[in-house]
Amino acid sequence: MTNSMAEVVKSKVILVIGSNTTWNHPVFGSLMKRAVKHHGAKLIVCDPRRIELCDFAHIWLQQRNGSDVALLSGLQYIILHEGWENASYIRERCEGYEEYRKAIEFFTPEKVEELTGVKPADLRAAAELFARSGVGALYYCMGITQHSHGVDNVKACVNLQLITGNIGVEGGGVNPLRGQSNVQGACDMGGLPNVFTAYQPVTNPAAVEKFSKAWGAPLSAKPGMTLTEMIPAAGDKIRALYVLGENPMMSDPNLHHVEESLEKLDLLVVQDIFLTETARLADVVLPGVSFAEKTGTITNTERRVQLTWPALVPTGNVRQDYEIVADLAKRFGHDFPRTPEGLFEEMRRLTPSYAGMTYRRLERVGLQWPCPSEDHPGTKVLHCGKFARGLALLTPLSYRPPAEVPDGEFDMVLSTGRILQHYHTGSMTRRSSILNLIVAAGHVELHPEDARRAGIAADDRVVVVTRRGRIETRALVTQRVAPGSIFVPFHFAEAAANRLTNDALDPVAKIPEYKVCAARIERAGTAKA
Amino acid sequence: MKITIDGRSVDAQPGQTVLDAARAAGIWIPALCYHPKTGKAGRCRACVVEVEGQRGLKESCALPVREGMVVRTDTPRIHSVRRMIVELLLSEGHHNCISCQANGICELQDMAYHLGIDRPGLRIDSHPTPLDDSSPGILRESDKCIHCGRCVAACQNGVVNQVLAFAHRGSHARVVCDDDVPMGQSSCVQCGECVQVCPVGALTLKQPRERKIRPYEARPTKVTCPYCGVGCQIDLYTKDNRYAYAMAHEQDWQEQPNQGMLCVKGRFGLDFVDAPDRLRHPLVRKNGELVEASWDEALDRVAAGFKEIKEKHGPDAIGFLTSAKVTNEENYAFSRFARAVIGTNNIDHCARL
Repeated sequence: MTNSMAEVVKSKVILVIGSNTTWNHPVFGSLMKRAVKHHGAKLIVCDPRRIELCDFAHIWLQQRNGSDVALLSGLQYIILHEGWENASYIRERCEGYEEYRKAIEFFTPEKVEELTGVKPADLRAAAELFARSGVGALYYCMGITQHSHGVDNVKACVNLQLITGNIGVEGGGVNPLRGQSNVQGACDMGGLPNVFTAYQPVTNPAAVEKFSKAWGAPLSAKPGMTLTEMIPAAGDKIRALYVLGENPMMSDPNLHHVEESLEKLDLLVVQDIFLTETARLADVVLPGVSFAEKTGTITNTERRVQLTWPALVPTGNVRQDYEIVADLAKRFGHDFPRTPEGLFEEMRRLTPSYAGMTYRRLERVGLQWPCPSEDHPGTKVLHCGKFARGLALLTPLSYRPPAEVPDGEFDMVLSTGRILQHYHTGSMTRRSSILNLIVAAGHVELHPEDARRAGIAADDRVVVVTRRGRIETRALVTQRVAPGSIFVPFHFAEAAANRLTNDALDPVAKIPEYKVCAARIERAGTAKA
Repeated sequence: MKITIDGRSVDAQPGQTVLDAARAAGIWIPALCYHPKTGKAGRCRACVVEVEGQRGLKESCALPVREGMVVRTDTPRIHSVRRMIVELLLSEGHHNCISCQANGICELQDMAYHLGIDRPGLRIDSHPTPLDDSSPGILRESDKCIHCGRCVAACQNGVVNQVLAFAHRGSHARVVCDDDVPMGQSSCVQCGECVQVCPVGALTLKQPRERKIRPYEARPTKVTCPYCGVGCQIDLYTKDNRYAYAMAHEQDWQEQPNQGMLCVKGRFGLDFVDAPDRLRHPLVRKNGELVEASWDEALDRVAAGFKEIKEKHGPDAIGFLTSAKVTNEENYAFSRFARAVIGTNNIDHCARL
């Protein structure tokens, strides 16, 4: 996030797109609802599903799945044609305006209606509310990124916030809500194939030299493979995989292929706290410890680094995760620090944005990066006054349809995601007694009209089929989804949504298109093979 | 500005209430309906004080500070009013500390103790209300409710889930879910914020009760929630190295990312740490089966495997998936292992999934 969560009550207008906030980030969803109920913020929700936030929204735009570039650009078309943009901000802080402006001309309200299904009058009302209410924040989540054109979607969000002058101001910003407790930290720590810590590129010779010196080993300057590239390459370019606390056998697209790929490996090592679907395929399973048994830091969605303490002493013949890695490194003649604080101290000396953080400083309420020195208070709002690259780039965008759209054989749009009571691959929540009392099994959300047409009643067993696989599950007949659309949560191994999903990737970010693919739904028993 | 409380000169901020200023200065004024997160309510009158030059007793939770104000918080008159309030509350309903899950953390019990109330001296006929155990995580005992309104304020204005409200009139007044349906059949999402603010035993967590752990026996540790990226600060309560229950960490709550709130997963979804199928030993595949092994055997096999593959196919034949669930320190160590020990940049995690 460019901004901080507490600022949401200072926004005059909030645009939420591709985020079911009250289910996926419920506590922040509460802050957002408070902003609307008690602080007078206007709320615009853009979502193909009628999510809970629609009940609080002043305007709900129900765009078709995968049409976000058109929707966001359509808003910008109206803002620019009405002269509601922040002209001085564009002049002083942006570049690339001419080309961007030309590209926007494609997105007339009529064209946008054709692509998104949103009526020109609604689009216009949203554009006016967003551009003319004062400082505006944009929040998004995987509904924006998990597309074969996810990067374009993000750039469309950025363009909107640039022309309205909403970046680098309190209560504004482009704010992706991060879905895992430490996904921000894993990125910051260089858990990505192209960068060391704090996004120092592996292709930068100075960075390679710095880390090589600190770690006492020669380093490769060639960017590595992403997760979505490594798994299909298993058994071919990739011979061994070491998986730490992840479960690709549930979380990756087109699972049938994932299983085939993992079985081709010469060596699969899994370090986890449960025998997950992935661990069952492993050659070696290394038992680590849970969040409640460890000391260390976790970085949240607003870049806030917080300390976490051990509440329990691990039982059994298990080891701390950092110890396991250090024990392995030792077998190759490398000495790693043997305490969390030792690792943190080594890391911060190599990581400019974390350089000013110490365990003592993080103790009370954490610190937000960048925090370059020990007297720096941390940073709540990014890009104030100046962007890291100098001027912000307005990117010309064109509309691209999803990789797979409904046709005669697969006539529905399938989207996947999370529900409130369960989480990701279910390895934690499905072992929680209360959460399983509330929701014990998976389902597919289906609109009543479609249910009637297919002869499906509420709670019927149904089969969902795509070109990649099929699952059997329960029909949840609800107007939350639009007619022609279905939604399957991906937490449930016995009806794993990712047996269905398309492994089409965004060409830049290599993110899979989880939010759109073509599917059909039938009552169980009547389904064709 | 300066005000005087019980003869002490105390710093106060404009806009602050007398109660907040007193508590900030370490002077305890009891309050049953006021809670820092839900704000003033003006219902219980337990927080009354005397102000020099003003008639009658004033509710300190609703009284703004004024320069030079002289306040007394503990006079015989205040004492007798508080005593009456607590006696009335104790006499109404069904307050049985022996079996109550809130025993030891109950604010009403605490006040009775400090006021020296042995047992309630009044007899009030009250209308017994059945227990509501219909929801998965929360037990509601309306007979223990003191109508402070904290849970209603928290549900309506704090978490804005808008389920709890007051209904009915006079001595029949009660807190209800939606249009008076059992909690388990209501629109309640089980965030548990109502339990977090309830001063008595009217709203309690089922988890510690099922585990036979009384709150005062359990000890909190501040942890960061393992679910989404909000980074909620949780007090994880344990007893004898067992998970007991979870509460939002309330110290400096205004500056915490979750501002003293949790969701259903952070509140109730952490018992997986005690799951019987936690991995307890390294496992190594032998003849197609995963079997228990020593650490040396498991780690030697991994090291030998990596060495062999690196020699035969080069370091880029090995891939690493790090984790959005482990700490920064562990991610750093894992990245150093991939890049410096093995020599590949093939490291990624589930950020895209």
